[in-house]
Amino acid sequence: MRLSTRSIRPISAGFIAFPWVCGSVYAQSTDSSVFRSDRLNALVLILLFSIVVLVYTRWARQGKPLFIRKIPGLDAVEEAVGRATEMGRPVLYIPGIQELDEIQTIAGVSILGRVARITAQYETPLVVPVRYPLVLAAGQEAVQQAYTEMGKRDAYQPDMVRYVAGEQFAFTATVNGIMTRDHPAANLFMGYFAAEALLLAETGNAAGSIQIAGTAQPEQLPFFIASCDYTLMGEELFAASAYLSHEPLMLGGLKGQDFMKIILVTVILLGVILATLGWWPDFISWFKEV
Amino acid sequence: MRRTVPVVIAFLSGFVMLVSFFFNPDRSILGRIESEVLSWVSIVAGFSMLLGVVSIVGVNWRVVRDRREGWGYKAITLVAVFVMAIPAMLPVSWSPLFGDGSGSIYDWLFQNLSATMMGTMFAMLAFYIASAAYRAFRARNAEATILLLTAILVMLWRIPMGEAFLRLFSDKLPDIINTYVMNGVNLAVQRGIIIGAALGAASMSLRIMLGIERTYMGRG
Repeated sequence: MRLSTRSIRPISAGFIAFPWVCGSVYAQSTDSSVFRSDRLNALVLILLFSIVVLVYTRWARQGKPLFIRKIPGLDAVEEAVGRATEMGRPVLYIPGIQELDEIQTIAGVSILGRVARITAQYETPLVVPVRYPLVLAAGQEAVQQAYTEMGKRDAYQPDMVRYVAGEQFAFTATVNGIMTRDHPAANLFMGYFAAEALLLAETGNAAGSIQIAGTAQPEQLPFFIASCDYTLMGEELFAASAYLSHEPLMLGGLKGQDFMKIILVTVILLGVILATLGWWPDFISWFKEV
Repeated sequence: MRRTVPVVIAFLSGFVMLVSFFFNPDRSILGRIESEVLSWVSIVAGFSMLLGVVSIVGVNWRVVRDRREGWGYKAITLVAVFVMAIPAMLPVSWSPLFGDGSGSIYDWLFQNLSATMMGTMFAMLAFYIASAAYRAFRARNAEATILLLTAILVMLWRIPMGEAFLRLFSDKLPDIINTYVMNGVNLAVQRGIIIGAALGAASMSLRIMLGIERTYMGRG
């Protein structure tokens, strides 16, 4: 099998994520060989990314100080739960509207575990409506474990995480009903959201709740920014769990991510310069659709 | 053991899927694993519906039984669950009203109640957009004013009458908005967010595969 830069077909913006994150956007191979040479650039980047993350994680394990920038939306989570405690009202948490095979849902469930630790500490009621049974099981496990670890096992109720509806707008109607009837003091939206994003956030805004949202859906971000007090954009959602944990080992992964961002920005700038000058067109073909 | 086994399963699952991505499904069994595993996910998700039914019935039944506030709504939910589900599960050979085909009870309820109510919810989005836009576009400072002016231009460009109005000033104005606002600033920012999110997703996937991130299964 002969490999050259010409045999490598360009792939889309999602190539840096793992296959199950954005598999649908990859280019189709016309190659009849066993190995997909059209995906070689993705392999190179994944290997480079893995090495960088592992190096930073090792440094974190060795105790090297790592600077992580402040994320106001995540710092506000504890404040929001504290407000709910003072007001004697529940905290409403929605881990998105997608199934558990969506990475944003996994991020949402991870953050739920952190939030549940805080609600357990303050003994604040927590309501988590979900749209899929597998998310229900994962959410119940995360909340139960959080309450157990905080020594509040008796305060845990299985109904905290509840399945409400499988249809998108039936789910939205139910959650809006919870917001208007129970008046949660804090609404946290963390995960994948679609057309219901604004319906949920505006209802919460009208109900007077403090709202923190996080999603990696660029189309829904303006709606959350308009209606919520704090919004986590894209990568901040995936960083949230590590950030809230304050564990050096997990923060190492975030530093690796930042380092890769520097590499990508450098490559983009280099690509812009080369494309403008018309030099080395093969370099551009590696990143043509990025 | 309870900590190690799930981490090992997560690592192997992630690793196999990752390797599968780089092999041709027509030429290698490794390449077919990805689609095979995704089929299993659908099957497992189908069986897990039972968990959802148990949850929705349990939560609502306890409220109805204890006559807690809003128990009437919960009773309607319970009735709706069973009225939709039971006729759909019964065999069509017993009656054409059973099953989920055209003319069945399920189909009638879905078309005339469920679909129309969901359509109503979606339609309400227009009003919510108006109230959110009012808050977002208030010209309180320089940035908000720029946002307001840009939004007005883009909205005008998006509708035929607005486009005709813009062409009164210059024939090139709609193209300028398209080139510099939508395909320029807007697209650049969206791509920045997408690249950041993809890196974040990859970083999180790696943390999960290596067992550093375990909060998704309830362990900190």
